Amino acid sequence: MKVLVPVKRVVDYNVKVRVKSDQTGVDIANVKMSMNPFDEIAVEEATRLKEKGAVAEVVAVSCGVAQCQETLRTAMAIGADRGVLVQTDAELQPLAVAKLLRALVDKEQPQLVILGKQAIDDDANQTGQMLAALLDWPQATFASKVELADGKVTVTREVDGGLETLTLKLPAIVTTDLRLNEPRYVTLPNIMKAKKKQLDTVTPEELGVDAAPRLKTLKVSEPPARKAGIKVADVAALVDKLKNEAKVV
Amino acid sequence: MTTLVIAEHDNAQLKGATLNAVAAAAKIGGDVHVLVAGANARAVADQAAAAAGVAKVLLADAAQLADGLAENVAAQVLAVASNYSHILFPATASGKNVAPRVAAKLDVAQISDIIGVESADTFQRPIYAGNAIATVQSADAVKVITVRTTGFDAVAAQGGSAAVEEIAAVADSGLSTFVSREVAKSDRPELAGARVVVSGGRGLGSAENFKILDPLADKLGAALGASRAAVDAGYAPNDWQVGQTGKIVAPQLYVAVGISGAIQHLAGMKDSKVIVAINKDPEAPIFGVADYGLVGDLFQVVPELTGAL
Repeated sequence: MKVLVPVKRVVDYNVKVRVKSDQTGVDIANVKMSMNPFDEIAVEEATRLKEKGAVAEVVAVSCGVAQCQETLRTAMAIGADRGVLVQTDAELQPLAVAKLLRALVDKEQPQLVILGKQAIDDDANQTGQMLAALLDWPQATFASKVELADGKVTVTREVDGGLETLTLKLPAIVTTDLRLNEPRYVTLPNIMKAKKKQLDTVTPEELGVDAAPRLKTLKVSEPPARKAGIKVADVAALVDKLKNEAKVV
Repeated sequence: MTTLVIAEHDNAQLKGATLNAVAAAAKIGGDVHVLVAGANARAVADQAAAAAGVAKVLLADAAQLADGLAENVAAQVLAVASNYSHILFPATASGKNVAPRVAAKLDVAQISDIIGVESADTFQRPIYAGNAIATVQSADAVKVITVRTTGFDAVAAQGGSAAVEEIAAVADSGLSTFVSREVAKSDRPELAGARVVVSGGRGLGSAENFKILDPLADKLGAALGASRAAVDAGYAPNDWQVGQTGKIVAPQLYVAVGISGAIQHLAGMKDSKVIVAINKDPEAPIFGVADYGLVGDLFQVVPELTGAL
């Protein structure tokens, strides 16, 4: 069985981004980029399924600029067998990515696609669900546990108020939550090996997908700043402030 | 122009998040209808009909809609979608699960987690963990939207008198099956809707120590929250997590105890009205957003604070 794992190159989660002064976007020139943390969890899960013998091949996919190759190499250093880059310099929104992935699913015929639940740049949380809809496959989002058996996948999901467990018929879509696993550190030998793995490049045009953005971003602005707070000396002063100044207790 | 709001519920009780989504729908303008898809959910439909500003409630009642499976609920929404210009979901775990499925089937972009309505086609939403606010315009025929509940004040739960119309339920997709649910039991207010939230971080040190927050939360009538560090370390359950990838809260009072204040945590609570931080590290980033900061050992300060309230 083959697993497809889409990965996204995003601004590193430790970077606090700044809005550009002309409000056209955030400034990501010369900012450290990394694999989206939820996607690392997705690659790790696919690799563990392979190590258990439940999966024969793991294919990592990324959509975007040429530098996404680095993200794919990282996925291959974790354990993906090969990579596919859908290369374009155009802005890609979740619906477009879902359509590109559908085209690759048609080509690669995986039984399972594991995605991150959201990318930490656009915070959309859409792509996995959209891909499931386009393929008419079942979905299990926000997974904290995944088990493959007998042509089915059983997934425990993190929902408001607790956990729920679903069983999906394969082929299926799973999106990862934080507690699904702890991604392994990539080792130097594995980084070297990843350089030799196969990495194919296609374009949206070759896949026959119209990837034009549907939403127009009119502007990007700073969130309203909080006014500077104060430090109080002790508990009595804090209680006094809460009672008499903020009037919240 | 008519807006459809998808109700969040557990088949017995309409969830508060629905009322925030109705408020966002009211800002868009036009009539507001609510869809209740569930099993034996007549009581939920009646509650939705009583909400202020709701013109009509659609009730789809069938066993295959009992557990909110994305495949079935999305199909139910699509069955009526052609009557609507806007389809709104609360940005809860279930809303986020179903909405993109609906959008993709309609071949439209989805607008996630809106916090403001500028016009019927232009909305504000946070990106990069809330470090930037994007204003986006949709040219799609139908706008599929999830609503950040803390961005809109809930409409009144009473005062409306909408009619409830039963509609045919869609057939079971047969693609997925519900197996079980583990609900964390709690007598405290629901985290997302609480007026006061007391949150603990790695500074608490253990699940046992986390209990030090109980009396303080009891005193304040507060919900308990946690940082990702505390959840990952097993000090608190997953569904307490406040942050970019957990719950987004905006209570009147947020008390952060032993939380350093990473970007990802701030994304979930920086719209709180008053923020109090208790931390022994005077350099902790949490003090950058706190209205009142107290530098000290939480194991002394928290009991003292509980006693003083």
